[in-house]
Amino acid sequence: MTEKTSGLAAASGGPAASVDVPTASGPAAASALPAAGGGPTARPIRDGVGLGLAVGTSGLAFGAAAVGSGLSVAQACVLSLIAFTGASQFALAGSIATGGSLIGGVAGAVLLGSRNALYGLRMTGVLAPRGARRLLIAHGVIDETTAVTLAQPDAASARLAFRATFATLYLTWNLSTLLGAYGAGRLGSPQSLGLDVVGPAAFLALIWPQLRAGRTERAVGLLGAAIALTATPFLPPGVPVILAATAALAGALVTPARPAEPPPPEPGPAAAGLP
Amino acid sequence: MTGTWVAVLVTAAGCYALKLTGLTVPRSVLDNPRVRRFAELVPVALLAALTAVQTFGAGQSLSLDLARLAGLGAAVLALLLRAPFLVVIVVAAGAAAALRALGVA
Repeated sequence: MTEKTSGLAAASGGPAASVDVPTASGPAAASALPAAGGGPTARPIRDGVGLGLAVGTSGLAFGAAAVGSGLSVAQACVLSLIAFTGASQFALAGSIATGGSLIGGVAGAVLLGSRNALYGLRMTGVLAPRGARRLLIAHGVIDETTAVTLAQPDAASARLAFRATFATLYLTWNLSTLLGAYGAGRLGSPQSLGLDVVGPAAFLALIWPQLRAGRTERAVGLLGAAIALTATPFLPPGVPVILAATAALAGALVTPARPAEPPPPEPGPAAAGLP
Repeated sequence: MTGTWVAVLVTAAGCYALKLTGLTVPRSVLDNPRVRRFAELVPVALLAALTAVQTFGAGQSLSLDLARLAGLGAAVLALLLRAPFLVVIVVAAGAAAALRALGVA
């Protein structure tokens, strides 16, 4: 990722990427350490590297779970390298463990990955991917990178945060997958270390600024959570989360974005679409 | 084993293709205010759903893991106190780990 730093400067020069950064959440961005020291580039990098390290270590859990499910070490590693989207990987390993049909397992895992397409729709305005670089950027569009990227106050920070998160998480996730696959069972269980809470806590922390930003965001978040929980007993793992996108659809129908193209420079409650 | 390899590779390719699709949608689609608002709200809805499912879900059933719930509660408290991101994560994992170590939950 480092060789792309020059690209960042070029990209941040263009006002193009303006569809973009959640004006409503603005700089209040919680994750988001009230910049105690460090220049404007420090925070996106700190956010991204911090989350990458914290969440990446849960690759230990995936590696261990995959081998426990009957995948080989190489298969576990290939999934982390090429699929690189944790929930889908866990879903496939889980379905192989239960001995279900492989086709069903693959379908569930891929369906689960479809939320990354929705994230991409949101991220394309911020990251403004072009040409061959799009192929690389695409690989990094997942839950964590989306959350950190969109929590940044401006487009340049957002792109920096994306790179920091993607690079750190990719390295950590793949290394820890390898370790977990080899060391399955020798480390303390992920649960005893509280690692099962890292995901939920990280996601909540990352959408916190948006939840604080407006009534619509809070309603959409609550509705999404409720939909997913309600559907969990009835649908295959992964599908309930996708279904939660209907909450965003409802929110968008009730409060469309203002038609004005460039977002106002200052974050205002108007952006939240308060009635 | 071969079947498993096919499953692994098809899953990996499918996941990548979906990521690429999202970035390939023409920007003009986002000119529509409702589409743009939808794209803005999608991460909120999905990440909130993931938070809920990873907290209360156990495969295809719901369960109440007190340690996990306490960990998330600790995270909320830390967020309300405006703690930095990493502190939120460490507090959450630490609270769950501590409760389990003590055998409380």
